[in-house]
Amino acid sequence: MAFEPKIIGFLCNWCSYSGADLAGVSRIKSAPNVRVIRTMCSGRVDPTFILKAFQLGADGVVVMGCHPGDCHYQEGNYKTMRRIPFLKKLIKDFGIEPERLRLEWVSASEGDRYATVVNEFTEEIRKLGPIKHPSCKVKLEQI
Amino acid sequence: MDKPKLALYWAASCGGCEIAVLDIQEKILDVANAFDIVFWPVAMDFKYDDVRKMEDKSIDICLFNGAIRNSENEEIAHLLRQKSKVLVAFGSCAYEGGIPGLANLSTKEEMLNFVYKESPSTISNNNGLPQTHYKVNEGEIEIPELYEYVKPLKDVVDVDYYIPGCPPQPEQIWNVIEYILSGKPLPPAGSVLGAGDKTCCDECPRERKEKKIKEFHRPYEIIPNPDECLLDQGIICMGPATRSGCGALCVKANVPCRGCYGAPPNCLDQGAKMISALSSVIDAHSPEEIEQILGTITDAVGTFYRFSLPYSILKRRVVQ
Repeated sequence: MAFEPKIIGFLCNWCSYSGADLAGVSRIKSAPNVRVIRTMCSGRVDPTFILKAFQLGADGVVVMGCHPGDCHYQEGNYKTMRRIPFLKKLIKDFGIEPERLRLEWVSASEGDRYATVVNEFTEEIRKLGPIKHPSCKVKLEQI
Repeated sequence: MDKPKLALYWAASCGGCEIAVLDIQEKILDVANAFDIVFWPVAMDFKYDDVRKMEDKSIDICLFNGAIRNSENEEIAHLLRQKSKVLVAFGSCAYEGGIPGLANLSTKEEMLNFVYKESPSTISNNNGLPQTHYKVNEGEIEIPELYEYVKPLKDVVDVDYYIPGCPPQPEQIWNVIEYILSGKPLPPAGSVLGAGDKTCCDECPRERKEKKIKEFHRPYEIIPNPDECLLDQGIICMGPATRSGCGALCVKANVPCRGCYGAPPNCLDQGAKMISALSSVIDAHSPEEIEQILGTITDAVGTFYRFSLPYSILKRRVVQ
């Protein structure tokens, strides 16, 4: 069977989740590989969630939040802006390709951008193949 | 009534945990009075066969220190589990893998090649690597097999309690022993004993201000102010991601917390917690500046998981 990437998407409630919603109601086609989890803010995405996602078998994780300066909680997305590059360095030390983790800013009006990001990221993960870390054994179907 | 039986064992460890037990000083005599010590390889002459001959569950408490690094460690872990009523992972190595756990950043092959072939101080005549079996005139010698990676004790047997620390602080060890001797009902299995349920920062006497960090320093690069929070001064201190219980010993000596008491309660991954904490205090609002500040952190994985790598979510590095 061909490899279908399993991607976890953490989307902020105020911008990116609405952006994804807009992509849906606008009937813009996007890859179905992203499993969306709505969080109140991209700053709510604890680094543990991301490591846990990889451990549970996600091939990629994308975090989406409001554009810098637009955070509903003023500073939340700046914390994310620091966390993600930090985490990328960390997962690299564990032998996981840093490209498997991505941060994107998607506003509530950017439905087309949501679709582009999802399509691009899915293709990138497809090229990288399934995650190959021995601690990441459980597959998402089993949960 | 017979005295309760106590066993102590060391697997992959440095011996510091054994010293910590002796550091309860003259109270060790109370321990000797209260318990019948049936197995303690580092201090008394027992053989593994003595343990094998014991009845199952005949040891009341076993304090097991050291990580699981080779087949001997695992074999004795299984043996002691079978013979002990209460098995305690004692110290950082047994609890979380400890310093030996940092070997999980290398493969077994990389390690053996470096130690026996490539290190500058090694003169290798035959490029030989240690074998598990070797024939001599008297017969065949067998030595334990080095595992591919280090595991904490809980990965090979069921563990009843955990006592963190590298090494556990003597007064905390005494508290646990005293509690057990008091005959009170034991806490639920899986509990962490001899430690607090907050973070190391909670015990730290230093003054904290609002943190804004522009650059990180290694401890030798600056002379830190002894009264101010070390993290405020740009030194990576593991306090925010470490369980309390040691009394903030390191920070009182003007060196940053190294994280030996492990992750605080309800925290799955010490490194993730530390990334979360540091990301909140880095004073930068553009990707370039963030990248530059992150560049001043040396060896993130070795610092954040100094004692807990095999216990973390990802556990080890994989070579692609």
